[in-house]
Amino acid sequence: MEWEVVIGLETHTQLQTNTKIFSGAPIKYGAEPNTQACEVSIALPGVLPVLNKQAVECAIKFGLAINAEIAPRSVFARKNYFYPDLPKGYQISQFELPVVGKGAVSIQVPAQGKKPAYEKVINITRAHLEEDAGKSVHGAVEGMSGIDLNRAGTPLLEIVTEPDMRSAAEAVAYAKQLHELVQWIGICDGNMQEGSFRCDVNVSVRHKGSGKLGTRREIKNLNSFKFMQQAIEYETRWQIETLEDGGSIHQATVLFNPDTGETRAMRSKEEANDYRYFPDPDLLPLMISAEDKARVQASMPELPEAMKARFEAEYGLSSYDTGALTSSRGLADYFVATVKAGAEAKQAANWVTGNVSAKLNAEDKSISSSAVAAEALAQLLKRITDGTISNNAAKEVFEAMWSGEGNADAIIEAKGLKQMSDSGAVETIIDEVLAANAAMVEEYKAGKEKAFNALVGQIMKASKGKANPAQVNDLLMKKLKA
Amino acid sequence: MINSSLKQLASMLQSKKISSVELTQSFLTRITQYNPSINAYIALDEAKTLAQAKAADARIAAGNATALTGIPLAQKDIFCAQGWQTTCGSKMLANFIAPYDAHVITQFDQAGAVNLGKTNMDEFAMGSSNETSYFGGVKNPWSFDHVPGGSSGGSAAAVAARLCAAATGTDTGGSIRQPASLCGLTGLKPSYGVVSRYGMIAFASSLDQAGPMAKSAEDCAMMMNVMAGFDERDSTSLQRDKEDYSRELNKPQTDQPLLGLKIGLPKEFFAEGLDASVAQVITAAIDVYKKLGAQIIDISLPNTGLSIPVYYVLAPAEASSNLSRYDGVRYGHRASEYSDLNDMYNKSRAEGFGAEVKRRILIGTYVLSAGYYDAYYLKAQQIRRLIAQDFIEAFKQCDVIMGPAAPSTAFKAGEKVDDPVAMYLQDIYTISTNLAGLPGMSLPAGFAQAKDGPALPVGLQIIGNYFDEARMLNVAHQYQQVTDWHQQMPDLKRA
Amino acid sequence: MALSIEDIKKIAHLARIEVSESEATATLSKLTGILGLIEQMQAVDTTGIVPMSHAQELHQRLRDDVVTKTNQREAFQKNAPVLGNGSTQPAVAGGLYLVPKVIE
Repeated sequence: MEWEVVIGLETHTQLQTNTKIFSGAPIKYGAEPNTQACEVSIALPGVLPVLNKQAVECAIKFGLAINAEIAPRSVFARKNYFYPDLPKGYQISQFELPVVGKGAVSIQVPAQGKKPAYEKVINITRAHLEEDAGKSVHGAVEGMSGIDLNRAGTPLLEIVTEPDMRSAAEAVAYAKQLHELVQWIGICDGNMQEGSFRCDVNVSVRHKGSGKLGTRREIKNLNSFKFMQQAIEYETRWQIETLEDGGSIHQATVLFNPDTGETRAMRSKEEANDYRYFPDPDLLPLMISAEDKARVQASMPELPEAMKARFEAEYGLSSYDTGALTSSRGLADYFVATVKAGAEAKQAANWVTGNVSAKLNAEDKSISSSAVAAEALAQLLKRITDGTISNNAAKEVFEAMWSGEGNADAIIEAKGLKQMSDSGAVETIIDEVLAANAAMVEEYKAGKEKAFNALVGQIMKASKGKANPAQVNDLLMKKLKA
Repeated sequence: MINSSLKQLASMLQSKKISSVELTQSFLTRITQYNPSINAYIALDEAKTLAQAKAADARIAAGNATALTGIPLAQKDIFCAQGWQTTCGSKMLANFIAPYDAHVITQFDQAGAVNLGKTNMDEFAMGSSNETSYFGGVKNPWSFDHVPGGSSGGSAAAVAARLCAAATGTDTGGSIRQPASLCGLTGLKPSYGVVSRYGMIAFASSLDQAGPMAKSAEDCAMMMNVMAGFDERDSTSLQRDKEDYSRELNKPQTDQPLLGLKIGLPKEFFAEGLDASVAQVITAAIDVYKKLGAQIIDISLPNTGLSIPVYYVLAPAEASSNLSRYDGVRYGHRASEYSDLNDMYNKSRAEGFGAEVKRRILIGTYVLSAGYYDAYYLKAQQIRRLIAQDFIEAFKQCDVIMGPAAPSTAFKAGEKVDDPVAMYLQDIYTISTNLAGLPGMSLPAGFAQAKDGPALPVGLQIIGNYFDEARMLNVAHQYQQVTDWHQQMPDLKRA
Repeated sequence: MALSIEDIKKIAHLARIEVSESEATATLSKLTGILGLIEQMQAVDTTGIVPMSHAQELHQRLRDDVVTKTNQREAFQKNAPVLGNGSTQPAVAGGLYLVPKVIE
């Protein structure tokens, strides 16, 4: 019997605001412990929450970006449980009435082995605003944990999917797409190392074709796509093996250990939780009007889908190219800047999705930290277009630019890569080569097409690669026909 | 002087007949003399208090005094006041020194009022007799055997014993009005949202409201002018124009100043459960109102009886969550011996909270727990609406509602300690106002002979429509122009 | 809905309040009395009535995203509880609040 894995994601995205969701305390990662924990953050007696406008706007942006229903009225509720990093003994969240309702995200699942790439729509169940908890720090004092509440009260948008994913690859593709989208619309910095984008993955398995969902286990706090892939694959195998061995799956929260590549159930959350949700009496219902939505809509950047269509129409680019270019806001912005700086669009698209992306991937860098700026790339591409250098030479120049050897013109000059533009000089070289290779000329004239290419090779060699191959082709053809 | 109104005191201060330091000192002397037996104050700090009095005198000298500059007030220990011990009547916070000011404290500081100290209260405002305080009960200044009511029992006793010029209280289910009734003073619980809750330690957030406890309606109006007003730090604070709560008081005096006023008497407030001696006093007070020109209308608030069950679901539910922050991690009591995290929580909270607070936390936890939410919490919220609708209907027929503030005069200390349900019934006439969010007040209407001894004060309750505080204060004020119950003072040497 | 000793223990655990066996019995009788009072609600037909969470039918006011708070760690940590278990030191170290080891 064939097994099928069923995956749903809950993603906590930290929203890009200056202050906390319910107080005016600053949010800066890495500050000294508890120096960003105001009286509201540490829940002194008598303090009260007031909702941050920017956090609400971020939620509206996300709702608009995934074509979701944005609730005209949503309600904050208290989720009650004791934990030292939760200073009030409850988390302010949204329960029955979240701010963002049903929506969808389409993902590109990359090719794997023989299986080609494909597109899939992942349905979003809801997204709700809530506050982050603080952090427990271990090892500062023997046998104790230290509590740092700087993060407590950081605004989060928790984005929940339907159990729509059927492989680790799909889950990772969704997470990557979502990661890109929240950065694209400017609501989250996407920094996974700092915990700005954290995924909880619900995994269950069932026999393929079964309409019933299996018991799920939730893998908590995955902070890299690589770990997510490994964790889901391990968890899936473990669940299948457990069931095949006659065991059963119990609902549990599990952690992934990157060192062993295994998942294990958390000890501290063994007991069934009873969160006793109820509407927070300190906060009133959040109302979002059509005008609010229109105002936020007007401040939204062009979304990837729209930009893709525009690139196709405006620049005549292929769907493949535009898909790649709009895979990230940074890449799209880089491409637009390159074209704006004078590069030809098709050529810019090829270079951005080709050489530039390859370099970034190899060095595991994002476009924002590209060693070659868009304007610098445009200058290089112009030198190809105006015939100063060949495509091959351009690749060499690009490598040099990437290693910081200067701008395109300086490198071309320093390396002497300029093409010969003087046709008289090229003709002289051609004449010399023809004279020295009379046998080849005869072969060509006798119908051996290959001899032509050999002659071109000789001419290029004699020009030390500086001749323009197209020009050489033209002139040689003329001379041979003469 | 100790029996002077706030207006008289302000006039004496501003005409420099007396300095704030002198006035403050005279109250401090009385406190030293009587507080050990009454236990109205749980935190005193003479140096801080006198520094404020000095500053007030300088401000008066500089000619920029407000109506309350230099007037010594008592603050219920539920308000955080920077540098002051702020305990909320609990062992949990016995060592807590507030590092910030509540909005109400800031308002009084800005007005130049003097803080005499923090007054005793039922622990976390949960009680109707002040007996749940970790710092011991408070004596009713009219009879030391009797309770002052609660939860603002310390403030009530301080005002009644003239250990301050006026005081603040808070009212979640009657905690201003019931002690005002039992101690013979005038107390007002404003409409929900009129006074900011910022820095006021939460009991039940959707019901808590701060207000003045003073000798007269006129004094309450002056206190309200300082306490009320929008505060952006409280999401439930109402954005309304600043009002002068004294504005209705000074209308030209006539024989029938309340001519045309329609007073509704809910039959449920006079039904079984009300002491006959209290009923008599209330009836006499209503007769005074008739003479002042008011028209009496019989009304019904049919869901009054449900207000107690609804309250004892909603208030404990909110409290169970509001009090979760007292976990011994960042401040407050931590057990001296514990084995692990849960043990630390369990012991710190078991030791830090008193019996009544624990009961309410447990009730609140229970009604919110899985499987019971709809039957208890949701149901209570639905009936809360029915109770609020009763008032909306009633105010179509009348301008104000009157009745007793409490079913009896002050009871003896210890009498109801072991019977929570009997204690809860103390608030039968006050709770519905909190549930609806309406303003309510209690004013002294006479005395009733208690079965077991002394004549004790009886309070008349006035309930107004939303934001009708100024009219209610005038309705009370007109009564106080023709009666002198509010000027009666207990004999502390005999009590 | 009659309460049992097990219910008391369960809710006491949820509320993190230690209750001894004898306290549990006493609490059971008091809470049963209070619940008896509360049960009166069940007689009311509340079909279709919108629950009332707030006294005023208003909506949430929003705060501008501007920093208004400064670091007050030192002032706040003056209120730190005593560590306990033999130590009379405050339960803070290096700016962190100290608690028994949190196990995940």
